[in-house]
Amino acid sequence: MRTYLDFEKPIADLEARLEETRKLAERTGVDVSDAVDILEKSIDKLQFEIFQNLTRWQRVQLSRHPDRPYTLDYIERMCDQFIELHGDRSVRDDPAMVGGFGEIGGQSVMIIGQQKGRNTKQRQHRNFGMPNPEGYRKALRLMQLAEKFNKPIITLIDTPGAFPGLEAEERGQGEAIARNLREMMTLKVPVICIVIGEGASGGALGIAIGDRVLMLENAWYSVISPENCSTILWRSWNYKEQAAEAMKPTARDMKQAGLIDGIVEEPIGGAHTDHAAMADILKTVILATLEELNALTPQERISQRIDKFCNMGVVLE
Amino acid sequence: MSWFIRKDKGIQTPTEMKREAPDGLWYQCPNCKKVMHTREHKLNAYTCVHCNYHEKIGSDAYFSILFDDNQFTELDATMISADPLNFVDTKAYPDRVKSTISKTGLRDAVRTAYGPMNEEQITIACMDFGFIGGSMGSVVGEKIARAIDHSLKTNTPFLMISRSGGARMMEAGFSLMQMAKTSAKLALLAEAKIPYISLLTDPTTGGVTASFAMLGDFNIAEPGALIGFAGPRVIRETIGKDLPKGFQSAEFVLDHGFLDFIVDRKDLKDKLSSLLQMLK
Repeated sequence: MRTYLDFEKPIADLEARLEETRKLAERTGVDVSDAVDILEKSIDKLQFEIFQNLTRWQRVQLSRHPDRPYTLDYIERMCDQFIELHGDRSVRDDPAMVGGFGEIGGQSVMIIGQQKGRNTKQRQHRNFGMPNPEGYRKALRLMQLAEKFNKPIITLIDTPGAFPGLEAEERGQGEAIARNLREMMTLKVPVICIVIGEGASGGALGIAIGDRVLMLENAWYSVISPENCSTILWRSWNYKEQAAEAMKPTARDMKQAGLIDGIVEEPIGGAHTDHAAMADILKTVILATLEELNALTPQERISQRIDKFCNMGVVLE
Repeated sequence: MSWFIRKDKGIQTPTEMKREAPDGLWYQCPNCKKVMHTREHKLNAYTCVHCNYHEKIGSDAYFSILFDDNQFTELDATMISADPLNFVDTKAYPDRVKSTISKTGLRDAVRTAYGPMNEEQITIACMDFGFIGGSMGSVVGEKIARAIDHSLKTNTPFLMISRSGGARMMEAGFSLMQMAKTSAKLALLAEAKIPYISLLTDPTTGGVTASFAMLGDFNIAEPGALIGFAGPRVIRETIGKDLPKGFQSAEFVLDHGFLDFIVDRKDLKDKLSSLLQMLK
């Protein structure tokens, strides 16, 4: 069963009618191909119209769509082979952060990303995609491993934030993220970071320092979620739509602000409607980007990476 | 003998007739409630002479404590916030900035300067909590980045004094990227083997903790300072329990291995100098 968001309801209605028509045809043997054709066309048209005019808040909702592909879904579809690696070698393995060596288009790469769960049990196991400090330390360990064996790094970002828990504080959540920011700046291998869903705050940034930072069309990336922004600035949860508009956290906004390098298009109707097509698009983008980055020397990549982040910000003098 | 018997009970002077002590002459410690002369408080590096409570002070006070005879050259003193997102919440962001500037006399939440500390040159960036909760927007990130550039150029140690609630929401994505920017500059500073001391003061939370504040060669803190990534309220809501006493205090963070030492503000200048001397 597909899940439909509020603004997807008109599409859901048409799809239900399409389904009924097909069933009717099966039962009665009447030729309905014309009707099916018309319905399919109008679904496409409707989807196109709805997705052209999404508000920022609707995109935030899409980024959290329960059917949206997660890190391991992409890994499974993009990699010919994948060996998952576990643990930070200090405290434990964090299931909210996954990673390992994979083969993509004949190249070995290190892929790391936050992982969400699909059902209640999995969601709990994955801590809703909110890593603890050991998750960030595991990510760094894997990146250093990649550097040792001279393999490029791909990170997939999808988190509502780093976990704000008691043990997370005891084990230094702030320090773990901070260290990743600094260490990723000087990694010698190519680093591509892609926000595939939610990119919330330091928890996202902690694996998002790269030569190219890309966002999926319906992902969001900002300093805080619209709900929490609303709670702090408006003192109520109810202004999340306004907060989303004010924060400008969508891929288009972030590209316009010069805070990301590019946008990865999603299939019409969103990544959740076609995992295979989405993974194909992403794989093509990754391979093309790797080719660009492989043409540079490590020193060029590092200095360009550092310059890029150092140029972010707008001030008046 | 009735001349010393009080006929009317209680204090008879109406409140409006009470003569207040002139403002700013006496300081009452918010912790132990005891009163001391402001001059005495200032001489004591703004710590309470009775209970050693460290008053939350700003860049003005830190510069006067640390730079010899308060001689320093300020960097980028006129830089102010832009409004790249045209951000409006209950108030437009530029209006908020303007009113904070006139209220505090500060330009933004950090001031950067260089000068002599016990006769050795040092570059200091010091945050001001009074400016929108010491929040980090583009100005904070840029001024810290340039202060680090100054350290690199002049080969002088860098001291960062943090006191911040975290990111400045009104600059959303731009604010987030200041974490990356400052960390990038610190990577260069580390490569040049120039000492970086990070002093965390009350409070240091959010994106500041998750970037430059935790990246010192030496992470040090003032006694009792609140230090954490998530704020205590958020954590309480997440776990649905009250937090243990002393949770996220400087002493707690030291116990868990994320600080090198806690320093009394009265000893700060000399201890920093001794430490830096040993690295020469």
